[in-house]
Amino acid sequence: MPKIESYQHLLDTCRQYRPLLHLRLDEPGEEITERTIMVCGGTGCFASESRQVLARFQELIAKHELDDTVQALVTGCFGLCQEGPIVKIYPDDVFYIRVTPNDVDTIFEQHILGNQIVRQLLYEDPASGNKIKTQQDIPFYKGQQRIALRHCGLINPEDIREYIAVEGYQALGKALTEMSPEMVIDTIKSAGLRGRGGAGFPAGQKWDFARGYPGDKKYVVCNADEGDPGAFMDASIMEGDAHSVIEGMAIAGYAIGANQGYVYIRAEYPLAIQRLRVALEQAREAGIVGKNIMGSGFDFGIEIRLGAGAFVCGEETALIHSLQGERGEPRTKPPFPAQSGLWGCPTVVNNVETLATVPVILARGADWYSAIGTETSKGTKAFSLAGQVCNVGLVEVPMGTTLREIVFDIGGGIRDGAEFKAVQTGGPSGGCIPKQFLDTPIDYESLKVIGSMMGSGGMIVLSNKSCMVNIAKFYLEFTADESCGRCVPCRIGTKRLLEILTAIIEGRGTPADLVELRSLSNTIIDTSLCGLGQSAPNPVLSTMKYFWDEYQAHVEDQHCPAGVCEHLLHYRILAENCRGCTACKRVCPVDAISGTAKQVHVIDQSRCIKCGSCMTTCKFDAIVNN
Amino acid sequence: MACIGPAHSIRQLPAELYEQLDDHIDALHIAADDPCRRETLIQILHQAQEIFGYLPEEVQRHVASRYSIPHAEVSGVISFYNYFTTTPKGKVQISVCLGTACYVNGADKVLQEFERILNIKSGEVTPDGQFSIESLRCVGACSLAPVVTVNGKVYGRVQPEKVREILEHYLVEIDRKKEPIHAQN
Amino acid sequence: MVNLIIDNQPVSVPEGTTILEAARQVYIHIPTLCYLNLDAMKMHNQTASCRICVVEVEGRRNLAPSCSTPVAEGMRVTTNSQRVLSARRTLLQLILSNHPTDCLICAKSTDCELQSLAHEFGINTQKYQQGERATFPIDKSSGALKRDPNKCIMCRRCETMCNEVQTVGALTAFGRGFNVTVGPAEMQPLVNSSCVYCGQCVSVCPTAALTGVGYINETWAALFDPSKKVVVQVAPAVRVAIGEEFDFPTGQPVTGKLVAGLRRMGFNAVFDTTFGADLTVVEESHEIISRVTKNENLPILTSCCPGWINFLRYHFPKLSYMPSSCKSPQQMVGAVSKSYYADKMGIDPKDLVMVSVMPCIAKKYEAAMPEHSHDGLPDVDYVITTRELAKMLKESGIDLRYMPDESFDNPLGESTGAGVIFGATGGVLEAALRTIYEEVTGQELDDVNFTAVRGISGVKEATIDLNGRKLHVAAASGLGNARKILENIEKGTSTYDVIEIMACPGGCVNGGGQPYSQNRAEVIEQRIKGLYMIDGWQSRRKSHQNPSVQYLYKDFIGEPGSEKAHELLHITYYEGLVPEHST
Ligand SMILES: Cc1cc2nc3c(=O)[nH]c(=O)nc-3n(C[C@H](O)[C@H](O)[C@H](O)COP(=O)(O)O)c2cc1C
Ligand code: SF4
Ligand code: SF4
Ligand code: SF4
Ligand code: SF4
Ligand code: SF4
Ligand code: SF4
Ligand code: SF4
Ligand code: SF4
Ligand code: FES
Ligand code: FES
Ligand code: FES
Repeated sequence: MPKIESYQHLLDTCRQYRPLLHLRLDEPGEEITERTIMVCGGTGCFASESRQVLARFQELIAKHELDDTVQALVTGCFGLCQEGPIVKIYPDDVFYIRVTPNDVDTIFEQHILGNQIVRQLLYEDPASGNKIKTQQDIPFYKGQQRIALRHCGLINPEDIREYIAVEGYQALGKALTEMSPEMVIDTIKSAGLRGRGGAGFPAGQKWDFARGYPGDKKYVVCNADEGDPGAFMDASIMEGDAHSVIEGMAIAGYAIGANQGYVYIRAEYPLAIQRLRVALEQAREAGIVGKNIMGSGFDFGIEIRLGAGAFVCGEETALIHSLQGERGEPRTKPPFPAQSGLWGCPTVVNNVETLATVPVILARGADWYSAIGTETSKGTKAFSLAGQVCNVGLVEVPMGTTLREIVFDIGGGIRDGAEFKAVQTGGPSGGCIPKQFLDTPIDYESLKVIGSMMGSGGMIVLSNKSCMVNIAKFYLEFTADESCGRCVPCRIGTKRLLEILTAIIEGRGTPADLVELRSLSNTIIDTSLCGLGQSAPNPVLSTMKYFWDEYQAHVEDQHCPAGVCEHLLHYRILAENCRGCTACKRVCPVDAISGTAKQVHVIDQSRCIKCGSCMTTCKFDAIVNN
Repeated sequence: MACIGPAHSIRQLPAELYEQLDDHIDALHIAADDPCRRETLIQILHQAQEIFGYLPEEVQRHVASRYSIPHAEVSGVISFYNYFTTTPKGKVQISVCLGTACYVNGADKVLQEFERILNIKSGEVTPDGQFSIESLRCVGACSLAPVVTVNGKVYGRVQPEKVREILEHYLVEIDRKKEPIHAQN
Repeated sequence: MVNLIIDNQPVSVPEGTTILEAARQVYIHIPTLCYLNLDAMKMHNQTASCRICVVEVEGRRNLAPSCSTPVAEGMRVTTNSQRVLSARRTLLQLILSNHPTDCLICAKSTDCELQSLAHEFGINTQKYQQGERATFPIDKSSGALKRDPNKCIMCRRCETMCNEVQTVGALTAFGRGFNVTVGPAEMQPLVNSSCVYCGQCVSVCPTAALTGVGYINETWAALFDPSKKVVVQVAPAVRVAIGEEFDFPTGQPVTGKLVAGLRRMGFNAVFDTTFGADLTVVEESHEIISRVTKNENLPILTSCCPGWINFLRYHFPKLSYMPSSCKSPQQMVGAVSKSYYADKMGIDPKDLVMVSVMPCIAKKYEAAMPEHSHDGLPDVDYVITTRELAKMLKESGIDLRYMPDESFDNPLGESTGAGVIFGATGGVLEAALRTIYEEVTGQELDDVNFTAVRGISGVKEATIDLNGRKLHVAAASGLGNARKILENIEKGTSTYDVIEIMACPGGCVNGGGQPYSQNRAEVIEQRIKGLYMIDGWQSRRKSHQNPSVQYLYKDFIGEPGSEKAHELLHITYYEGLVPEHST
């Protein structure tokens, strides 16, 4: 990769590399003689052996000496991780799912060599049973609009030439040569870009503050801590398109007058770290990060810093302390980091998705961006859709899309024929949204009104198999565990809340506990030092609000309607159904079941640890747990 | 700031490991009067944990003296972050994801099964030092929930029934190699 | 100026003022617990962690911690709405739910900020009784400082004091969440840490999480043991502080009454540590003059504060040859008592118990050091603090207000003004200068007041002309200030000849064993004033004029710096103290 000397040079280089992607970007001709095979290299697909899939493709290409006409490349997450590993073949635009290393030979024989689509590896529409060939026709992708994830599935994230070929770094080039920092800030402001890390603070305004505060040095920090368990948007962006984050950071640096940036990334994301490292190295080599970027005289360095497993370090002041090599405890704001951040200097902390969106806005204009979304929330938002939904994966939709569209149209509804109960958004700080709000358009304000929040984009779908009291306890356990311990309401308050919830779940709860749960929650929200404590009780309050009957059932009847809370379960064998097959007896880990062959078996309640194995094992529906 | 306590600590870990660590620290060119010198502390602790496998007091003291900061400060930092451990983990490190996506798909039962078979609790190491179990929160492979990682290798859609199978695989590996094993991803 | 309204009262304060400070200006009391601002010693603890000080600010979503929220133009603050009061009450209940509420058997009872708050709030039931509580081991390993982390409320004042003011860095927050606590590295016993026992953390801890290790029981046992002769020595700073426990005005000297009280407690003899101070001055001046005239090994550092000596040993081991080899006055009195005095009185040193009353935590550690014993007998058996003595006096029904003024016992009871001012920062240096001047110049010093080295500011300097040899001296109090000086010595940029260092900001009057004053500057200044008042009353204000000291040399020791003097009055604990890990 030669060093990019100027903006013009970048534009020329883009033209030069454009052919690398011609199979992917241009209409195919009559006869297909060349192919590009894109293999998903996201964490999800890697975990289901896509690495071996890629390796096998490359082996076969080499074996058939097709290097000149066929190439197999790794790419970022396609979104439909549930059906991974995903393989997409250009230019005929075929989308294969669940491709195992063994399937590769078939695809190679039939498709690459024989020009025949391998039908059994296509996505099957669950409604009609029809096989679907191209990505756009799969229901999952309808209604999605990929802006932050624009390059995932399209380019090889480990090759800067491909990023340049899709006009990458041109927004930076344009900003450096044609725009003043103020103009950049104004563009971001009028685009209406709000922070994607949770609070939704307008990015342009934040930059404006940081620009305005005096300081010898200023910093840009990319918050890639993505602590929300069950969310992987930021991971996917970094894995699939790290250059866009780098470009966003450099633009932010130019706008506020910073010459140094840091990416604070979770250590639990080894793949994202590696891709980021590769991208950064290439960007340095290309003169896009470092001194005198593209000959503009602007210097901007970026360094990667790993977190070490503390959710609270996603909070910006805690993150800054962690970056300084300290315990990641938050501090009171004001002063905000834009005034006094890293080493006391004005610092902009932005989320990965926010930064990855910045280059497109500069490239395509504020008007284009602000036309997408709702009145107060512009653009698109990526969500990681998980839980008990059919299509688990990464989705990106315009703001204002309804929950129903996401869960049912895109997500394909609830898994295993179960019934929808709630969607949890906003992670440990958010709330549970019940059925009656399924038609709520998603934006920052509407979610707040119904007691949840946008958060960073975790979206967990819950079915009637989930107990909402248990879910509330799960989140609280998380926040109590992750509390930094600095302030009283969060350190001790969340512990007490958790103890009350535990009592309820174990059938020891009283009506007074329910009253205390609410009032203590309110005090914690009202008095905690940082966002973690201020939002920790949200899952409790929102489940109490919408699923009060479940709380009552636990407290008044010692009954868990969803059949989840172990202490409230009693495993019994129905004599009339039991055939005496002894299967349950053999599987019970604590020998709680007695009985001889062909005789009715019984469970010793005093020994049973309620593991449920017997119930899943019994083929005759003889075991019940209520 | 040379900062020492009255307790003399004896080094037991191999000198060549300290040399490795020192190479990393030297490469940072920490100037004693640079107020930002601490910025790399957490990164060095990551390196140190990689080299030594854990961060016992003697390593902490070494890092503290290289950074000219009190041992208490290093210890406070280590104790804050889940990632750092001051006791050795097992050769086979099992991490069960208890992130939301995994939890609602039954990860707690998977963890219980590991605990039951290995007869240790999460956060503990088997007496022979071979296996350790811990929980973590989301590795970003939520589509495969419940997820378990073993020495970094990601296993998806792990049901309690699959636990024994995974463990047996590593038992065979231990037998074969008789040395630390690193699964390839 | 910023204008705002607090509880409907208009207030005008400079920019940057906190709501708490603004409210105080109009006499609105907002309770606080973690907050502690000690401008005089540059300690600012604004962790905003207890949240007890929350107030309502119009337009703000949640409550604001008044101790750390700056005022803003047009702000409207309410400090006592129902929302505020009930939040504070819940917060206090939360703290109490993780606190062993054993006020009745707690060293801090009636001096405890948490207890006072519970009292003021009228808390009379405990909520969340079933909840889990911390169960940390209690650490008395040092024999000097007791840590009971179960009583810690995580205000972090100790950490700020130890790490930022004293720059010792012995304490850290450890762990996180509910299990977080404050303590030494790896929660090791304190005795293994780099703590120097200055006790300043004890002074600022709002609860009994940090206190001194108590020796009341041992002292009573000795007093009531008919086979023992029990003697006591009282440090200079005690006499200007213990009165506070008996409703005397702050800083008022109560020396005579204190002696009477001690005698009534049953001590066989009541000695004055200031005698030891005079002895120290004579020995130390001899050493200073010798080193200054030879111009070797300069600067010379004073050695009477064990907190400071520990600091030097642990944190600047390379400089540990620099201080004077003189023992502290406490140890001199101890050593002389168990040798000279015991001999004179025909008491077997085994049957002589030396108790010392000190303003200090480090003296407890010092007394227990094996180096400070002869033939297996410690020179000082028990060290009790001013606070402990006040309790013992009260327990035995002795009210200092009604005591007559009595005098110390001889021969270790006689002292000069110079010995008394040891209790204040700069005092040791001033005392030494009074003697050095006369020794070197052979002339009588007319004005004994070296006011340049007085006062609680961090570092004070002076230059004294000794027949043409200009002696550059400095006095520093607080270990943060000591660090600066030591760093300059290490760098070779220091031009001082003699330096006095006291570990506690302000000197021993502000020691970790003094009645709790939360290190308020007014209190410290009053106590210092008290000491100089005593100095002013004295007819003899130069240590070498102390007749008992002179007699002791004649009768027992010989000359300053003699072999006997070295055996009894000097010490070197510096060899082999450089651990391998120091850089
Ligand atoms: C407890 C807590 C955890 C957070 N975790 C994250 C995170 O993982 N990623 C993130 O981008 N922002 C996180 N935030 C929000 C950040 O503090 C900050 O607002 C954000 O990074 C700003 O970037 P944005 O304006 O681009 O959204 C968290 C906030 C809190 C209170
Ligand atoms: S709210 Fe929780 S995480 Fe935030 S500072 Fe307080 S204790 Fe720490
Ligand atoms: S639930 Fe588990 S422990 Fe109880 S009887 Fe069934 S198998 Fe045994
Ligand atoms: S598995 Fe079912 S049928 Fe068989 S013994 Fe058990 S309860 Fe009876
Ligand atoms: S520390 Fe205070 S509140 Fe706690 S037991 Fe002692 S006196 Fe009572
Ligand atoms: S204050 Fe209350 S608890 Fe304490 S001794 Fe008196 S009655 Fe007992
Ligand atoms: S006694 Fe002094 S050195 Fe020891 S912990 Fe307290 S403040 Fe720090
Ligand atoms: S030990 Fe005392 S001063 Fe230190 S944090 Fe705890 S309560 Fe505060
Ligand atoms: S200054 Fe006085 S009270 Fe403080 S440690 Fe030194 S000797 Fe003790
Ligand atoms: S990781 Fe492959 S589709 Fe998401
Ligand atoms: S929640 Fe388990 S991998 Fe994300
Ligand atoms: S006094 Fe303000 S938060 Fe503690």
